[in-house]
Amino acid sequence: MIEREHFRWPLLPTPFTARIEAANPRRSWMGWAGHLSPATLDNVEQEYFAIRNQATLFDISPLHKYRIKGPEAEAFCNRLVTRDVRKLAPGRVSYVLWCDDRGKVIDDGTLFRLAADEFRLCAQERHLLWLQDSALGFEVRIEDVSEEVAGLALQGPTSCAVLKTMGLASVEMLKPFAIAEFPFEGAGLAVSRTGFTGDLGYELWLRPEAALRLWDRLTEAGRFLGLRPIGWHAVEIARIEAGFLLVGIDYLPADHVLRANRARSPFELGFEKLVDFGKGHFNGRNALLEERAQGGGRWRVVGLDVAGNKPAAHALLYTGRSREIGQVTSAVWSPTAKKNLAIASIERGFADGRRPIWADIYVQKELKWSRSEAPCRIVERPFWNPPRRWAVPAGDR
Amino acid sequence: MKQRDVIVIGAGHNGLTTACYLARLGLDVLVLERNDYIGGAAVSRELTPGWTYSSCSYVCSLLRPEIVRDLDLPRHGLQVIPYEGGVTFTREGDYFALYSDKDRLRRELARHSARDAEAYDRYTLEVLRQCRFIRPLLLWTPPDPTSLKPRDLKGLAQLGRRLWSLGEEQIYDMIRFWTMSAGDFLDQYFENDLIKAHLAGSSIIGTALGPYSPGTAYVLLHHYMGDVDGATGAWGFARGGMGAITRAMASALRGSGGEIRTEAPVGRIVVKNGRAVGVALDSGEEIAAKVVVSNLDVKRTFLKLVEANELPPSFLNRVTKFKIRGSSGKLNIALDGLPSFPALPPGCPAWRGDMHVTESLAQMEEAYDDWKAGSWSRRPYVDMLIPTLIDPTMAPPGKHYMTVFVQYAPPKLAEGEWSTQTRDAFGKTVIDTIAEISPDIRDLIRHVEVRSPADLENEVGLTEGNIFQGELTMDQLLFNRPVPGFAQYRAPIPGLYMCGSSTHPGGGVMAAPGANAAREIARDLKRAA
Amino acid sequence: MNRPDAIVVGGGHNGLACAGYLARGGMKVLVLEAEGRLGGMARTVELGEGFRIPEIAHLLHLLHPRVESELRLAQHGLALAAADLPTVALEPGRQPLLLSSDPAAAEGLAVADRESWRALRDRLVRFASALEPFRGEPPPRLGSSASRADLTRLARMGWAIRSLGREEMRELLRIIASNVADLVEDEISDPLLQGAIAFDAVLGTGFGPRAPGTVLTLLYRLAGSVAGRPGALALPKGGMGRVADAIGKAAEAAGAQLRLNARVERVLVEDGRAAGVALEGDERLDAPIVVSNLDPKRTFFDLVGPAHLDTGFLRRIANFRARGTTAKLNLALDGLPEASGIERRHLMGRIVIAPTVVMLERAADAIKYKRHSEQPAIEAVIPSLHDPDLAPPGKHVLSAIVQYAPPELAGGWNEPARQHFADLALSQLDAALPGLKSLVRARQLLLPQDIARMSGASGGHWHHGELAIDQMLMLRPAPGAQQYATPIEGLYLCGAGCHPGGGVMGAAGMNAARRILAGEGRA
Repeated sequence: MIEREHFRWPLLPTPFTARIEAANPRRSWMGWAGHLSPATLDNVEQEYFAIRNQATLFDISPLHKYRIKGPEAEAFCNRLVTRDVRKLAPGRVSYVLWCDDRGKVIDDGTLFRLAADEFRLCAQERHLLWLQDSALGFEVRIEDVSEEVAGLALQGPTSCAVLKTMGLASVEMLKPFAIAEFPFEGAGLAVSRTGFTGDLGYELWLRPEAALRLWDRLTEAGRFLGLRPIGWHAVEIARIEAGFLLVGIDYLPADHVLRANRARSPFELGFEKLVDFGKGHFNGRNALLEERAQGGGRWRVVGLDVAGNKPAAHALLYTGRSREIGQVTSAVWSPTAKKNLAIASIERGFADGRRPIWADIYVQKELKWSRSEAPCRIVERPFWNPPRRWAVPAGDR
Repeated sequence: MKQRDVIVIGAGHNGLTTACYLARLGLDVLVLERNDYIGGAAVSRELTPGWTYSSCSYVCSLLRPEIVRDLDLPRHGLQVIPYEGGVTFTREGDYFALYSDKDRLRRELARHSARDAEAYDRYTLEVLRQCRFIRPLLLWTPPDPTSLKPRDLKGLAQLGRRLWSLGEEQIYDMIRFWTMSAGDFLDQYFENDLIKAHLAGSSIIGTALGPYSPGTAYVLLHHYMGDVDGATGAWGFARGGMGAITRAMASALRGSGGEIRTEAPVGRIVVKNGRAVGVALDSGEEIAAKVVVSNLDVKRTFLKLVEANELPPSFLNRVTKFKIRGSSGKLNIALDGLPSFPALPPGCPAWRGDMHVTESLAQMEEAYDDWKAGSWSRRPYVDMLIPTLIDPTMAPPGKHYMTVFVQYAPPKLAEGEWSTQTRDAFGKTVIDTIAEISPDIRDLIRHVEVRSPADLENEVGLTEGNIFQGELTMDQLLFNRPVPGFAQYRAPIPGLYMCGSSTHPGGGVMAAPGANAAREIARDLKRAA
Repeated sequence: MNRPDAIVVGGGHNGLACAGYLARGGMKVLVLEAEGRLGGMARTVELGEGFRIPEIAHLLHLLHPRVESELRLAQHGLALAAADLPTVALEPGRQPLLLSSDPAAAEGLAVADRESWRALRDRLVRFASALEPFRGEPPPRLGSSASRADLTRLARMGWAIRSLGREEMRELLRIIASNVADLVEDEISDPLLQGAIAFDAVLGTGFGPRAPGTVLTLLYRLAGSVAGRPGALALPKGGMGRVADAIGKAAEAAGAQLRLNARVERVLVEDGRAAGVALEGDERLDAPIVVSNLDPKRTFFDLVGPAHLDTGFLRRIANFRARGTTAKLNLALDGLPEASGIERRHLMGRIVIAPTVVMLERAADAIKYKRHSEQPAIEAVIPSLHDPDLAPPGKHVLSAIVQYAPPELAGGWNEPARQHFADLALSQLDAALPGLKSLVRARQLLLPQDIARMSGASGGHWHHGELAIDQMLMLRPAPGAQQYATPIEGLYLCGAGCHPGGGVMGAAGMNAARRILAGEGRA
């Protein structure tokens, strides 16, 4: 129930805000889906290195979570997303995307199969309307449970060790994209081996009332494992190193674009492996078949290794003297890979990398702006993919 | 006697705009105004000593930014300040606030319906798409589909190409949008009555239709396609009242060498050998001109100022049948203090914008049904604002001014013409409606001016008191405005032009008809030269 | 029959017409009708022993002339009991106003109005005739998906309007999107005539005469013709059921097979294309083409199911407005009302009770508030006067369309509410035809939901969907299904939910069949 006087708080607290506030001496907040989210808690670099070197806590409660429940929940999900949901066993998580009728991607997210007839979809954007409208004619109930479930990402090489220290028995056996339920303070704690950092890591889900106790228990367990809370900026560096696309940054939700040609298909985003044409109908299938027959759209998302060390954020990309072929959507200097990385959308014909590509980068030195034409090389994503991310049992460091 | 290049009849914002553009070309322009003040329906006057008020139009959004820049109106004193939101009250003491802040707005929508909070994004996106399509058409002369002239064929082809470039589904959405009712349109997106009622207000303002009448979705768009500093759909106050707009225009006109004469009512447009050659004032004075432009609505222009035998019968017939319906009234209230709105928690910014009381589309339909029966609405839709919350220059310190636009009120009551008694009774109905959500307002009222459509007609000269100089129904838009075959600002009489809101793209203090007419006149003058 | 080439779901007049054309095109066609008889909304039923009455539709006036001639309906038993029924507008205490398809023959009009009526009617018929040819074609698609044929059709449409001449074209542009109340108030002074014309514009729709777009629905109605007489009204001999019967016979004669009592539960979709249908009782019939005569909502939500269709498309189908607001009152009469001033020839006409535009508008206003009209507008015919077989000697049946009844009534459509509404309608009739009430021996009121139940049409809408500008031509029923083909390959629509809509026209069925045959390379 939202109170009438909500206008006094333009950004709402999450179940973890009380603790994050204490860890946020800079008062560096940003808005995430109407909630307070820490931008930088203390020092971006240290926070980032904690992801790759120790363990980190990042509040993901503002993510949108939808419960999909009913006898036709599987049929509903199978029609919604491009992957074959019938293959997703209870207790497993799948990285999914879903399209509009034109086969353009609305969003990507994680689909948790909690039971034969119950799913949970987590996504960056709001989708109640689309999910409800997609449910027309299906025996299924869609509920926004964003406020009912608190989420905390525990990521980094020692994250498994933190959980073990906290007493989660055989959590190391949890496979990537699996979920398990653990008893916690008289209630349940769901742990999924998922994350947005491309490293070993977990996402923890529980009732909001127990959120602060979880935080405290984790903090206690992580005392000697380098655990520290982090903010959005550190996550963003890891996200780009992992090569993940972020909706709203690397592409726009197809149902939010004003200009129809701004939406992107799974082919254009490099997700063709996530599209299962053999499973029967799913939303956008007809349009995607047609698009595939015509080569698969105009654009391609590629990973770039950019010369120099200046991030190519928002740079336009060129080939030859001045032929514009696309633009960078995300860019970062990777402290781990020691490379200047970028995710970019370029015209399909240039995605094979046979023609030289350069980025138009503007850099400022002591108020003086200069322009540099930085050569780029198309490289595979993820840019960083440590073996510990996939190891079963998960290691302690 | 001196022959002027151009005479503009009526110093409304469109007439002044036409005059400004033509004067800037070096033409000798004279604007004749019946009243002792200029501005038509975009005026600031004295409500009661110490109170300045916008007696007719009261908020600003549609004024085309191109015109503002061309005429450099800010230099001549125009300032427009966006308002902070809007609110619709329920009688049970709740409200829906349309905050301009996105996070707050989303939460407020979700407070009433979680689904609608998301539907709102889809809805605004669709309306924005329509805005993108229509905006370039505002400063454009509609082609005549009944003509085979190269210019018209080219214009039609342009329109067709624009439409074609939208892509198939969006073409259909466009056609649907232009033809469907606001109610049906909103029902496609929203489930909550209060949210729908808040949004539907724009679809009936100034319009003799209910929200479920086909064609009202366009009226909604008409109120949405403007902007304040690029924020589409935003509305604002002109500092010092709406007269600031016309005052700035007049100043710009004088700066370009144009002349304005007030208290100079035109009685007749002089036509000789089938050509307009000047005007005759009520005083008997005749002024010759190469071009006569009428800012008046088409009925007044052609049924009152021109001899019937000078006009083609079919044109005259269609002008007679052009629908100009009065449907709106207004209250201007001088307040001794700020009225309270107990439903709103203290500090809520939503009231620094438009406030309403209507809770559902059905209530708006009921209000419309009263109008059809020849009465003012027993529970009217009100669009009320307290401009002094944003612009304190309009009232003495601590005092306030409230403008209340009322939908619906007929130009003529079932029992006959408006009288002092019926006007007071109408005013009482409106104040009773407001008092439901602001119980202390009665005690704060220092002075009230109640305006029926008849008052608006008598004072400003708008036929039937229609604020748009003609209904914005789909049969009276684009190349049908005012009548098919004459949508290019030229009257059937050479030398005579129309520049009022009866012409494309219609009313709403947009000044686009004025600019378009000026462009066509300049074109003809250039040819003749 | 071994495996059919096409299965038509639903034996309404459009389904049958479609089957007839498909069979003539050389396809093996099977029509499946859920009920024990054909005809959908155009059926004749018993109302007490010896009384037969048109259950829902009761007048024939829009039947497409090509359907009539190409399917040789006359040979298959379609005969008219009356070919040019006059309209008789009644108002208590006034001489009846009699209007026929020849405007010069109007009776009961003052001299001034006689001329303006003639001018208006001629003009409207001229406009309607210019637009009429587009009933018999699929609506053109717009934008990049428009085919050459679509562009040709658009150009022809433009040309048909241009060839009216400049002045008339301007007049058409002026009125086509406007409302009928303004039109009649501008052109006609007699309120009774105004009401009668306005009623024609809103019959079967949920609009009042002040709603913009109602001039177009009036033109739509006037596009029909009987025996070459535009805007004429006819009664088929033997009742409306004979129309469907004749189309059914024509289809059979062309080789189509008709199966009654065969309720289709699902359209089978395999790998994105139609594979056949599943019938109630586990029977499966295979066919590469399935044509649905049902309305779009039933077709896509119930027969196909959402798993095979896209969300955006279904959203549009869900938003297709199909809320019926027209009720039907069927009466068995012990005799004819006898009232002074009302002659037998008046009773033989189409009786219209809509004495003023204001009354009609008020009647329509009621549905906005989930109320029924307190003074309903009525169109009534006494078919037994033309076709004595419909009732025992000396007795009669009266069939009345009653507007407006909301699909949901505030307080619910319980039995007292139904009786009350039927009484109101009857009182309206009795006031215009004094003595009628006492002659009623049986009565049946069909509300939109009854019509929905009986005909299967969603919302009980006569046209399978509101006739409004935003639901016409290529907007009907929704992008992706507006040219009879649907997003499911091999599945087609042929009902009134497609262009050009309802009204026992058969054009949707004909157009759909042409589209299918063209797709199959058979046309």
